[in-house]
Amino acid sequence: MSQRHPVLTMTAISKLFPGVRALDGVDFRLFPGEVHALMGENGAGKSTLIKVLTGVYDTDAGTVTLDGAQVSFAGPMQATAAGVSTVYQEVNLCPNLSVAENIFIGREPRRLGVVDWRETRRRAQALLARLDLHIDVTELLGSYSLAVQQMVAIARAVDVRARVLILDEPTSSLDADEVAQLLRVMRQLRDEGIAILFVTHFLDQVYAIADRITVLRNGRLVGEYLTADLPQIALVEKMIGKELDALERLDSEAGRDPAAVAAGKALVEADGLGRAGSVAPFSLTIHQGEVVGLAGLLGSGRTEVARLLFGADRADRGRLTVAGRPAAVRTPVAAIERDIAFCSENRRTEGLVGELTVRENIILAMQAARGWLRPVPRRRQDELVQRWIEALSIRPADPDMPVRNLSGGNQQKVLLARWLITEPRLLILDEPTRGIDIGAKTEIQRLVAELSDGGMAVLFISAELEEVLRLSHTVAVMRDRQMVAQLANDDSLDADRVMRAIASGAQQEGLEKA
Amino acid sequence: MSTVRTRVTTITGHRLFWPLVVLLVLLAANTVHRPSFLSVELKNGHLYGSLIDIVRLSAPLILVALGMSLVIATGGIDLSVGSVVAVSGAVACLYISEQPDQDSLGGVLTALALAFGIALLLGAWNGVLVAVIGIQPIIATLILMVAGRGLAQLITSGQIITVNSGPYRTIGVGHLLTLPFAIVVALAVTLVVAVLTRRTALGMIIEAVGGNAEASRLAGVRSRRITFLVYVVSAACAAVAGFMMTANVSSADGNAAGLWVELDAILAVVIGGTSLAGGRFFLSGTIVGALIIQTLTTSVYAMDIDPQTALLFKAVVVIAVCLIQAPAFRARLRRRRPSTVAPAPAAEKQKEQVPA
Repeated sequence: MSQRHPVLTMTAISKLFPGVRALDGVDFRLFPGEVHALMGENGAGKSTLIKVLTGVYDTDAGTVTLDGAQVSFAGPMQATAAGVSTVYQEVNLCPNLSVAENIFIGREPRRLGVVDWRETRRRAQALLARLDLHIDVTELLGSYSLAVQQMVAIARAVDVRARVLILDEPTSSLDADEVAQLLRVMRQLRDEGIAILFVTHFLDQVYAIADRITVLRNGRLVGEYLTADLPQIALVEKMIGKELDALERLDSEAGRDPAAVAAGKALVEADGLGRAGSVAPFSLTIHQGEVVGLAGLLGSGRTEVARLLFGADRADRGRLTVAGRPAAVRTPVAAIERDIAFCSENRRTEGLVGELTVRENIILAMQAARGWLRPVPRRRQDELVQRWIEALSIRPADPDMPVRNLSGGNQQKVLLARWLITEPRLLILDEPTRGIDIGAKTEIQRLVAELSDGGMAVLFISAELEEVLRLSHTVAVMRDRQMVAQLANDDSLDADRVMRAIASGAQQEGLEKA
Repeated sequence: MSTVRTRVTTITGHRLFWPLVVLLVLLAANTVHRPSFLSVELKNGHLYGSLIDIVRLSAPLILVALGMSLVIATGGIDLSVGSVVAVSGAVACLYISEQPDQDSLGGVLTALALAFGIALLLGAWNGVLVAVIGIQPIIATLILMVAGRGLAQLITSGQIITVNSGPYRTIGVGHLLTLPFAIVVALAVTLVVAVLTRRTALGMIIEAVGGNAEASRLAGVRSRRITFLVYVVSAACAAVAGFMMTANVSSADGNAAGLWVELDAILAVVIGGTSLAGGRFFLSGTIVGALIIQTLTTSVYAMDIDPQTALLFKAVVVIAVCLIQAPAFRARLRRRRPSTVAPAPAAEKQKEQVPA
């Protein structure tokens, strides 16, 4: 294996941002016909390395060699032309164009100088068929689910005769079937001789597909390993740089007693709450100090439930009661007035204001509640922001850095801090650990447990069953935009039973809690 | 040496650096053309000179551009400011011209209050169209841009209304504390807007709405109110500018007053470093931008540039300003001319960056 020549070599790459050394002398190489996983916590430098490689950023030092020749791409277009294609974490396509247009934008097949639309459609169809995706390519991309959009992005990347394919967290918005489909496509591409750089936070996927693993930590190279030589626990240790027993400790602490909290005071009661075309009427009670987990597949209506409770969407039927009083929560403002907080799963589009600073993003909700005429005094801001930067170990710990410069996990923490300073009674977390590393994930999970012990009610939405089971007192299961079950999380509940409920919608189990 | 370099980078990296350089270059060009350009003298307790004139003449534009900055920061745009200038000037002049004693201070103040109130209504109209009904700002304010001209014509019955009022003329050409009154007013309004946005949380909230409207809504920001408010503030600024412009010539011309001022104002905001996409806004940048535009206009006259080509000359300078401000363009310039003057460390770096 070591006889072959790498298709891509990066040597001693360094990249500085104002106040941050994002990459510090990192080496990386990629062999043809191999899946190479790039691993590291949030802020370890994975995305930066990819952006340096594809010419989004200039390097401050170091060289990139492609097929033995030194290269320095001026931008992703040039990189793509040279055979280095990237699919980013968040889909970077145009939702207002059709699927076919998205795949061929900028390189449409032409006939007599004009775009040959029939050929465009035919080739788009053929290309997607190769990925086992059979959809109408003339429909707008935005009308499809995030998962389909992701596959379209991959189809586009693959079609430009890539020799190096970079997949930056392609699976974070896919459900299990789609992940399997994607991995199958990756194997196929690998066997065709394409070198694949794979970034993901799902360890299982790494071990399912990667031949080689490179680990980064704090912008430095930890090492390059063959997957077979690196046990999973060793990988996690190398990523975090310390022994990881926090997760297990949390597990043992999780003597969560669903009966005790259910006996407590009901905080939020939804009675037949629903919205046509969004989520079927559901009834749900969340008690003080209770963590209700919301499980279900992607697109099963989990987010829609959260948005109704928060007033982000308007319910068109049913009643909502907060702390015993009927509440018409038609807007986020109305929800916030009743001490309900909502961390959206789309940090970038629905959570943070990228160009504002960490400080401004953290105080935004509190300031909005006070009204602009009563600014939060600067000293109070400093105190709050400093406290939460420390409590959540937000890195870099610079309150005046634009929040878009932070890594995904740190952005998530900023969003959490924004709501925690408003001291909500119900905290709705939609996929708070999606796309973030295991260290930050553990911190957030521990925080949720602490908050609920302190009496805060939490609605915890996650695609990861283990996480839901670890944290929740009650698990509500969504399927096809209906709430099909509510299961008390006692000793008898395990992932299998939740999975069965997701699969079959075990209606009879719904009575357990009610 | 490295500390010197970082200090230089900090200065050249400041967002006001390039606009100020352009302003200074324009002033220097004028001084070369006419060495007395920079002289400022005190006559009868009033300051006179070309510099003072430039600031005085740019006062109305500064006002309009301040309001425009806030609108643009929310991601909107206000095309109707020119019409608001015309309407407010027309209302004030009409009211004064119908007074038996045009020099009565009370009459003038009533006229100003009346015109100001009408301008606020016009701003509220824009605000309702954009924030409540949800029409795109460029279309919503285009309505008033066109209709407002008609309204101003209606008020003036299609005539140019001339007034002969001492107090009113003061707004345009009077003096206070040795300074032209218009400059004092512009300073005062700037101060008010700065305090309104930066001493309260209004500025940050405007930037949040402009930076990410949906995220702001979900954070509990009442973005409609904020959006409504900025259009009202914009109209209020335009009204004061209208008083200045009409007072300067002691007459109101519904057709010509404030014509195209919206374009100059947008330009001033952009030169000042505020993005048309909304988000962060810079009042100081806007003011420098307005000064650049006025200096340019003054230079065109002072240097006897053929009026036929004056607009073209202005366009070329504006393009240059915008280009030099763009980091991408400066980076390209730097790449074009390689290490002829680059000191040792930079040369070292050059070696490593071998092109493909």
